Amino acid sequence: MSIAVLRDYLPLFARSALLTVRLGALGILLAVLVGVLCSAAQYFRLPVLQQLSAVYIELSRNTPLLVQLFFLYYGLPKLGIRTDPAVCGVAGLAFLGGSYMAEAFRSGLEAVDRVQLESALSLGLTNAQAMGSVILPQALSISMPALVANVIFLLKETSVFSAVSLMDLMFTAKDLIGLHYNTVESLTLLVVFYLLILLPISILGSLVERRLRYAGSGT
Amino acid sequence: MTKPLLTVEGLVKRYGEHTVLNGLDLTVREGEVVVIVGPSGCGKSTLLRCINALEPIQSGAVRLEVAPISRESRDLPALRQKVGMVFQSYELFPHLTVLDNVTLAPRKAQKRPRAEAEREALALLERVGLADRARDYPRQLSGGQKQRVAIVRALVMHPQVLLFDEVTAALDPEMVREVLDVLLDLARQGRTMLIVTIEMNFARAVADRVIFLDGGTIVEEAPPEEFFDHPKTPRAQKFLNTFTFDAVKRPHPSSLADPTT
Repeated sequence: MSIAVLRDYLPLFARSALLTVRLGALGILLAVLVGVLCSAAQYFRLPVLQQLSAVYIELSRNTPLLVQLFFLYYGLPKLGIRTDPAVCGVAGLAFLGGSYMAEAFRSGLEAVDRVQLESALSLGLTNAQAMGSVILPQALSISMPALVANVIFLLKETSVFSAVSLMDLMFTAKDLIGLHYNTVESLTLLVVFYLLILLPISILGSLVERRLRYAGSGT
Repeated sequence: MTKPLLTVEGLVKRYGEHTVLNGLDLTVREGEVVVIVGPSGCGKSTLLRCINALEPIQSGAVRLEVAPISRESRDLPALRQKVGMVFQSYELFPHLTVLDNVTLAPRKAQKRPRAEAEREALALLERVGLADRARDYPRQLSGGQKQRVAIVRALVMHPQVLLFDEVTAALDPEMVREVLDVLLDLARQGRTMLIVTIEMNFARAVADRVIFLDGGTIVEEAPPEEFFDHPKTPRAQKFLNTFTFDAVKRPHPSSLADPTT
């Protein structure tokens, strides 16, 4: 392994790592939003929306991200909708992640006994106050391990972004290997950068989980 | 006679085909303690849940003074503040300390300042002997302590009427007393209460009026001494008999062994 090569490649990987993080963060943020809306539709059993979100969740979870990206990248222009690669990447990640986030939120909400809601309502809290002060804090604490796992999963999934010509970490590594055959250096940097992104999230996630593990359960 | 505070008129509650409450009428007057007894599945708990509109009802009306309490009431949260409810399973909020459990609703729903809400909460906790547990979480408390906190949580809202749904049914026998003592104290303060319980001795001690519910209607209604000592209806007699074991008591072994008798 050549130190000189590593040094030369470093800025290229750093730049693509930034793209991975930026698009990943944006996609995950949107996925959380989609997840909250879908799980709310299911928790409150909103007519039509509940069925729509169920269909969406099955569609999204049972197709690969690569296929979803191809659909967005090659399919949409055929329908006259022009999209650039970055928008495709973010939209694809939000589409895939939304269903996983929805399921994580739903499992948390369902784990909080309905009589907790009744207890809050019987005190004279409004529905919104009861959700905000009583149900969501408990649901979030239960969902947190699944949410953190989803964030890590989705960031790793960004490695297929290169298929729609986004210059993410994977793209850079493949590109450099193709150009200079410095396979060992490229793959080493690829692994190092993924770890640099994901390890802090993993550690931070465990800390947040522990912080939110509210004095146990027991009502 | 004091004025009627809580009125239930022709209440009908069905779950699908099954009728739980069948045109029930009930009036609770100010300062009155009404105890509801009846066999399992007679609709006692459902009645309480209908009174503060936790359950949709099929027909009839519930009124607090003149204000109708229903799921359609626009000011339902404000009405529910005036109707305190304590559940069998405590239902404290596990992510909040005892003090926050008690002050959440006064602060959020009644917009009272935190300092004032906490002052009253601590005074009430003191009264039930739990002031030193204010910073603890529910899971650190015993069942009886949790239930006393749940009662304080209802009281701090200054409700006009209190509903108790089998509040000792989930407790170990030695913890039942500490919770019932709190209820007796509230009765002495002249609070209006509607109590569902299976503790017959307690019912006799606390009630101004006992209501025997069976098959979704009121079968018998009487002062406690009259109801427990001279129940009029066969159904109430049969129900009260299930709490005594005289009929199945075996003769003492010594009386059998004695050949001289």
